[in-house]
Amino acid sequence: MLRLIKDTLISQVVTLWRVFVHAFAKTDTVEYPDVQPQMAARWRGRIILSRDPDGEERCVACNLCAVACPVDCIALQKTEDEEGRWYPEFFRINFSRCIMCGFCEEACPTNAIQLTPDFEMAEYVRQDMVWEKEDLLINGTGKYHDYNFYRVAGKKIRGKDKGEALNEAPPVNVRSLLP
Amino acid sequence: MRFEVGSALSIGAILFTVIIVAAMLIWVERRLLGLWQERLGPNRVGPFGLLQVVADMIKIFTKEDWVPPFADKFSFILAPPIIMVVILMSFSVIPFAPGVGVIDSDIGVLFVLAMASLGAYSVMLGGLASNNKYALLGSLRAAAQMVSYEVFMGISLLGVVALTGSFNLREIVLAQSDGWYVVPQFVGFVIFLIAGVAESHRLPFDIPEAEQEIVAGYHTEYSGMKFGMFFVGEYLGVLLISSLLVVLFCGGWLGPAFLPPIVWFALKTAFFIAFFILLRAAIPRPRYDQLMNYGWLFLLPLSLLNLLLTGAFILWQGGM
Amino acid sequence: MAKISVDGIEYEVNPANNLLQECLSQGLDLPYFCWHPCMGSVGACRQCAVKQYRNAEDKTGTVVMACMTPASDGSIISINDKQATDFRSHVIESLMISHPHDCPVCEEGGECHLQDMTQMSGHNYRRYDFKKVTHRNQDLGPFINHEMNRCIACYRCVRFYDDYAGGTDLAALGSHHHVYFGRHEEGTLENEFSGNLVEVCPTGVFTDKTFSAHYTRKWDLQTAPSICSGCGAGCNTTPGERYGTLRRIVNRYHHDLNGYFLCDRGRFGYDANNSRDRVGEALYRHAHTDGEPRKALSAIEGARQLDAMASGELIGIGSPRASLESNMALRQRVGPQNFFSGMGDAQLSCATEVISLLQEPGLNCPDIRSLELSDCVLVVNEDITNTSARMALALRQATRNAASAMAQDARIPLWQDAAVRELAQHSRSPLIILSPQGTRLDDVASDTFLGTVEQQIVFVQSVAHAIDANCPAPNCAPENGAQVTSVANALCAAKRPSIVSGLSAESLALIKATANLARALREYRHRHGAANPSVDLCFAMPEVNTMGLALLMKEGGGSLSSALSILRTGKADAAIVLENDLYRRASAEAVDAALASKTPLIVIDHLHNAFNAKAHLLLPAATMAEQGGTWVNYEARAQHSYQVFQPEGSTRAAYEWLVPNNPVRGPSVHGDALLQELAGESRSFAPLLELLSSRSGIAALMKSPRQSHRFSGRTAMHANVHVHETKQAQDPHSPLSFSMEGLLLQKDASLMSAAWAPAWNSNQAISKFQEEINGELKQGNKGVHLLARDGERGSYNKVEHAPEQGLAKYFIEHLFGSEEISAASPAIQARAVPAYACIGKGLAQSLGVHQHGLLRLCADRYSVELPVLIRDRIADQCVGIYCGGEVNRASLCGSVSIEAVAKDANVLASARAMFSHLVISDTLPREG
Repeated sequence: MLRLIKDTLISQVVTLWRVFVHAFAKTDTVEYPDVQPQMAARWRGRIILSRDPDGEERCVACNLCAVACPVDCIALQKTEDEEGRWYPEFFRINFSRCIMCGFCEEACPTNAIQLTPDFEMAEYVRQDMVWEKEDLLINGTGKYHDYNFYRVAGKKIRGKDKGEALNEAPPVNVRSLLP
Repeated sequence: MRFEVGSALSIGAILFTVIIVAAMLIWVERRLLGLWQERLGPNRVGPFGLLQVVADMIKIFTKEDWVPPFADKFSFILAPPIIMVVILMSFSVIPFAPGVGVIDSDIGVLFVLAMASLGAYSVMLGGLASNNKYALLGSLRAAAQMVSYEVFMGISLLGVVALTGSFNLREIVLAQSDGWYVVPQFVGFVIFLIAGVAESHRLPFDIPEAEQEIVAGYHTEYSGMKFGMFFVGEYLGVLLISSLLVVLFCGGWLGPAFLPPIVWFALKTAFFIAFFILLRAAIPRPRYDQLMNYGWLFLLPLSLLNLLLTGAFILWQGGM
Repeated sequence: MAKISVDGIEYEVNPANNLLQECLSQGLDLPYFCWHPCMGSVGACRQCAVKQYRNAEDKTGTVVMACMTPASDGSIISINDKQATDFRSHVIESLMISHPHDCPVCEEGGECHLQDMTQMSGHNYRRYDFKKVTHRNQDLGPFINHEMNRCIACYRCVRFYDDYAGGTDLAALGSHHHVYFGRHEEGTLENEFSGNLVEVCPTGVFTDKTFSAHYTRKWDLQTAPSICSGCGAGCNTTPGERYGTLRRIVNRYHHDLNGYFLCDRGRFGYDANNSRDRVGEALYRHAHTDGEPRKALSAIEGARQLDAMASGELIGIGSPRASLESNMALRQRVGPQNFFSGMGDAQLSCATEVISLLQEPGLNCPDIRSLELSDCVLVVNEDITNTSARMALALRQATRNAASAMAQDARIPLWQDAAVRELAQHSRSPLIILSPQGTRLDDVASDTFLGTVEQQIVFVQSVAHAIDANCPAPNCAPENGAQVTSVANALCAAKRPSIVSGLSAESLALIKATANLARALREYRHRHGAANPSVDLCFAMPEVNTMGLALLMKEGGGSLSSALSILRTGKADAAIVLENDLYRRASAEAVDAALASKTPLIVIDHLHNAFNAKAHLLLPAATMAEQGGTWVNYEARAQHSYQVFQPEGSTRAAYEWLVPNNPVRGPSVHGDALLQELAGESRSFAPLLELLSSRSGIAALMKSPRQSHRFSGRTAMHANVHVHETKQAQDPHSPLSFSMEGLLLQKDASLMSAAWAPAWNSNQAISKFQEEINGELKQGNKGVHLLARDGERGSYNKVEHAPEQGLAKYFIEHLFGSEEISAASPAIQARAVPAYACIGKGLAQSLGVHQHGLLRLCADRYSVELPVLIRDRIADQCVGIYCGGEVNRASLCGSVSIEAVAKDANVLASARAMFSHLVISDTLPREG
């Protein structure tokens, strides 16, 4: 009987009291858009394509973001300039499908694709949520300031010959007989 | 039997006030829930979001009022007004303050109970007429729940009636001038409170419309203003039960003279309304069978015991 | 069979193989680089280390290289042993010391054997602090990209290119960690099989340059099993599509045919699919308004126009490069009596003769794999490297059978590649080449005979007569009796002799003479009690479905010349020409005369050309990759190719256009019904039912996806057109679906287009689909042989043959340029040369013409001026003509006279430039 009273009455009263006390706690609601929320730098919002410290496109069209994308909303095509630097001929994100999971950013070997704290992306026309490279590419390095993929990779591009990447010896002269 | 009818003006004023208050309860409930859940609730329409109700009403009035082709049209249309009408009629016997009220009936308590029984028809008919399995389940639950809890509701009141010696609500209030019945009749008070929640199928006893299980129960198929009537009917029910709690157990309009009696009545009612909302915020819904077991196996014996002890007390006092 | 134990589990293995091969055969994962299933082991990379124990008591064991250790009975090894796995992870770490960290910008990424093996061996972080070795790259021509930094020095490239394919211009240069794989100087890789470097190289040193120009990762390609349309060999391919264009072709393993390798025509000719010259839409002009531009029609209008024009007396001209379905649809539309061959008359009669030879008992038509096993090959006239290159690669391997025999005698296992080569030195099985000019196989030939077609016929007849005296002797004795005897002796001594020829001379007499030689050899072997008296005899076919069309013509129909004469006389109300440029089939004069009658002309084709420019209604046809179809190769093997992707616009498979009164012409039209009808109609085609049932059996289970399970961009690739995703294309009739959905046939190769197995993303995953390494594919569909091999035992033909009037001539074929469709591919065009004439030094002197000068060739009513190439090795008093796409071959078929034309310096310079990238062999055959 006591147990029943405890379960049915006392515990309910305690519950009521505890919920009531919440009336004196601070509200969590942020009154967006009157008040702009504080977004963490690592917030996964609008996707951008960044440039390397030299101002060149970071994206090398390796397709890893596209294959990592769980909703398959990234499509791109590789092309290259006369000196062998790869970049995307087109790079398209269908934001009406994007779930902002950030897998693309994790997959990107060049830090080109990054998610930003901007989340205000609603459109009245769905077609306007398809973003092309011109819309995505920014004039900056984004979150990662120093990394330049081609300074590390051994592929020759304009302004960086064979043997000039990080930790590379000058090209071998095959005709040399020296050991 | 005394029988006084107030002026048409006062009837209109009371009706208007009651409906407006019930409608405003929608806003009050959402704000209070917000408060207890550490958020804000509706605050964008008008000052403090007060006009949210107006916005909701505009919405609900302009919605398509649709009767499903498979429904029984007559009873489908009939059901929602029933609940409005019976609850509003119950208010006719409520003594708000000295001189404020529609009629002063000697059978006030019985009238309220009778009207509450009729309210069950609204819910039952609505569910049956919908011709929808969820609605049917909802109406079956509603019928069982309302019929069951009416029993202890009535019995729990009998203590008060016995102490006063009258079914007249105004006399019951006056009888409490030297002490509210909540003290001697605490058990009756608690049982009436619980039964009242169940009667108005408010959370945690909203089993007939449990949306996690049966979509929206008996009003699954309702839309537009017919749904609106069910919706407002629920808040009218809250208002009615709160008023009854005040009248029967908490001394009605009685209170220190620095405030007019009607204000005392309003304040006490407001307290109980807030309590109803707190219940919703805090307590989860029991299962259907738990509700029935609780009622028949615990509340019924308890209320009978309460009546027995009250009777014994009166006899003992009378014999002195 | 031997029993070995691997990590405590017993396996039945073949003791003739090495441990690596047998472990892979059993489906075990063991990393390797330098070993290749087709090229054996050299033990260079040290990656396949395993622990071997002497006996059950031995708990210590020794680390051995699995590829260099025989799978002898009772071997106990461990792959997962800690010491072995450590060894392998240290080896891969060393191999990766100078790897350039450029996977994202590497075309191999995602299908890289090095990536797979690095993952498998567990290396992930470079601990070596010193500098990476770097190399400069070379421009290796239009096919192959070079990125030497990625090299791990496994030597597979030179082992394939030099040892297997006989190339001479790729080598391992330098030494120690400076070793460099490239040419002695920049320039185009000359070998006809250079494209295979892309698949042989385990990493991205050699990549496909044409693919890189419109690069797509392997997982993003939509693929389906297909057939190469480059020649009649019927090699299996996997074309890959993305964004509506064909991106590349890679090899698809077929045990009997192409194995692991394709020729460069097959690999790089695909770009014709994306050519600007494609017929994109239906074009129409009224029959009496010649000269006006044609008006574009929609698909439905085009089909209606076809129905409107194709009434009354119709004639249809088929095509050896159209599928059986399309030829059959045309034949049904016009009626069998009005169906005419799309081949030239001479070619048709040759092909018909070949069909009867295919049915003759005792004459066995070898598949390409069997050719490799032959220990004596005689090539008659056909420049096989340039007409059916994959067969030439097999012949090159056949010459190694002497080495195999020596190795077996010396008890050296055949997979010990370096040891076998060292042992054999230059010993080769006999390969005898009869040809009017030096060929690319001369470097491995034991004997060559340079002679005109006439002289070869005499030579072949003499050899036949020398083998079996019953065989009629030629009218005139050959000039070199000693050579005849030695060739006859070589053929008689062989255990498994093969005779290879082809249709390129279009000489019925040559085919009959060759057949006589095969029969004589058969009689000889029969008389001398050979274990298997049958003789391998095959004829290379010029086009993908030459054999199919010839078989169809056997069921009735007329020759091309009769079709042209019907047109000329205006007896037909309309003519439908299927995927055919008649200027390549008949003389320009005859075609022009036929067209002059203004009979309404309907042409269905993929590429614009001079002939279909004259069509009144031109309908766009689907190419190999854009349609499903059935194709019959040189050995009468019918194989099915599946549609890789649905072409945009109104392009349809030709048979879809041809089904009457079907204005939709969509996928509702179904090629299988046509095949069923064909199979019911003729006994030759009856085996098609087997092919059809094998396919419907798979389809009944569940559709198989054309897209990989990693296919990306589904919701974005068309979003620029419309954000709402369109419905996936439907394919109700084939067992494949145009999506990622369906059953991925992991161990079932029936519908395998791109080999993939868990942890094996590169093409090396093929081992997971083989019964055993180098074996048949598990449940693979090999196609069906159409002809029943139960013809009459033919007796010796009388070789009737009128000696040619005037100067002897022959026609030159080139791998790059001779075939019509692949010649529209830009990469092939970069390697192709325009038409030229070729003469020997003696003739040049007497004509007074110098190298790269101009020569005028005059036939009856046709003359053409061509730059001249003077070669060392060419038959005397004879002119070779390479027609390319511009010279009308049929017009030059009669007697031809030549004269030198005065040249100016510009012409000379441009001719010199043009010949500079022509790859010919004038090397003398080896000694002995």
